[in-house]
Amino acid sequence: MYSQKVMDHFRHPRNVGEIKDADGIGKVGNPVCGDLMWIFIKVKDNKLVDVKFKTFGCGAAIATSSMITEIAIGKTIEEALRITRQNVADALDGLPPIKMHCSNLAADGLKAAILDYMKKNNITPPDWVKIEPEHEEKCDV
Amino acid sequence: MSQERVSYLDNASYSPMDPRVLEAMLPFFKESYGNPSSPHAKGSEMKAALEGARSKVASLVGAERPAEIIFTSGATEGINTALRGVAARNRDRGNHIVASAIEHVSVRNVLKYLSKNGFEVTYVPVDSNGIVDVDAVRRAVTEKTVLVTVMYANNEVGTIQPIKEIAEIAHSKKAYFHTDATAAAGKIPIDVVREGIDLMTVSSGDMGGPYGVGALYVKRGTRMEPLIIGGGQEGGLRSGTENVAGIAGMGMAAELAKAEMEVEGRRLSEIRDGIISRVLKGIPHAFLNGHPTRRLPGNVNLRFSFIEGESLVLSLDMEGIEVSSGSACSSKTLEPSHVLIAMGIDHAEAQGSLLISLGRRTTKEDGIRLTDALPNIVKGLREMSPIAPPEVR
Repeated sequence: MYSQKVMDHFRHPRNVGEIKDADGIGKVGNPVCGDLMWIFIKVKDNKLVDVKFKTFGCGAAIATSSMITEIAIGKTIEEALRITRQNVADALDGLPPIKMHCSNLAADGLKAAILDYMKKNNITPPDWVKIEPEHEEKCDV
Repeated sequence: MSQERVSYLDNASYSPMDPRVLEAMLPFFKESYGNPSSPHAKGSEMKAALEGARSKVASLVGAERPAEIIFTSGATEGINTALRGVAARNRDRGNHIVASAIEHVSVRNVLKYLSKNGFEVTYVPVDSNGIVDVDAVRRAVTEKTVLVTVMYANNEVGTIQPIKEIAEIAHSKKAYFHTDATAAAGKIPIDVVREGIDLMTVSSGDMGGPYGVGALYVKRGTRMEPLIIGGGQEGGLRSGTENVAGIAGMGMAAELAKAEMEVEGRRLSEIRDGIISRVLKGIPHAFLNGHPTRRLPGNVNLRFSFIEGESLVLSLDMEGIEVSSGSACSSKTLEPSHVLIAMGIDHAEAQGSLLISLGRRTTKEDGIRLTDALPNIVKGLREMSPIAPPEVR
């Protein structure tokens, strides 16, 4: 069902945990729907120097969380904001179609964390960033 | 991390075939052939095999006459034939059907189809252990009720239903009573006559026979239409030249199930209770879903707060233990198990459910291996979970 890369990230998730003095936190998903993701970021000189996650969810949810931390660390804020759900899925050699939407929340989680950082620091997000409601009340399938 | 030995604890999804069943089937793929409807010797030989299997299935479920057993292609066909056949033929008497809230999807979807075609369906609730509320059935049936359908035992949580009482209520309004016994047949004693069952669906695959075969018990005199029309085989209720090899396999599976039910039931119940007690003792925030005693011998359904079931299934698989889950992510519909929801378990909690189903090949060691592996896996996933309180991580 899952690619080897997904299973590798599920088996050995990278950057699990919280960042105590995080500069931004993104919380997406809803346990009622089966997926909840928290992304923590540490920013220095406009770059993501550390990214960690905590996730409640299926194999795909855990693997995408782990993968996005690897993709994001070292990127500038602007670069990180451009990471899409599709980028994360591609980096994992694809996800089963049914998981593309429900469990592929990591890019949204990272964006939410960066927007949180920007808000705290009075930085205006670039106008091409779409701001979505931060929490899903209904399970969106 | 592929391990040599696999502990297969997913018999509710698929039961491996008993080797003795294969032996019973092999002649029909080789030297034995012929159409059971033909009058010549080859045909008669096949007819004898067919009727022998029919008697064995009849004997397993306590049917008075072997002719009350109709062979089908499996439980889904049995359910379709029973529900649609009775509904269509008795439309002049009423358009109301009563069903439990925890029926298998193959019953639910047939009922959905019927409700789009002029029938009204009342779903009766279950209690927190998954037992159908008998008083609610009594309140639900009316003069317009033509059919009551309640599964014999639930395939997910293993709860065994008060079948006899429900059948009596159905009969008090002259409605037929159908039970989907896919999960129960061959596992626990069933007596269709004593329990007042009019129609009962049985699967071959789920009791150690081949898949693609099943049986429908139809009490003599039941007013119903066939689903599959053709040459009039199976008493006109299921046309098509019979799958004699598969049916012979089902006959053998029924014979073995009957002969070994008591010993096997006791053996599996012991393994089951061992798993349950070790998990509930050893892992905090772990709960049993379903009734503690009124449950199928091979069924264990547990839930673990703060974590999601599919990730549990994948983690156990890495240790060579194969189980399944009722979480949304494990399903095709992305909905958590309707059975757990009907039992009043909240959505988030239902995500953390684990279905462990034992079978003929399951050993005590498989159970120990599972309960040895679970604590660390649960702990690891909770450490990753944002909703787990610090003390359980």
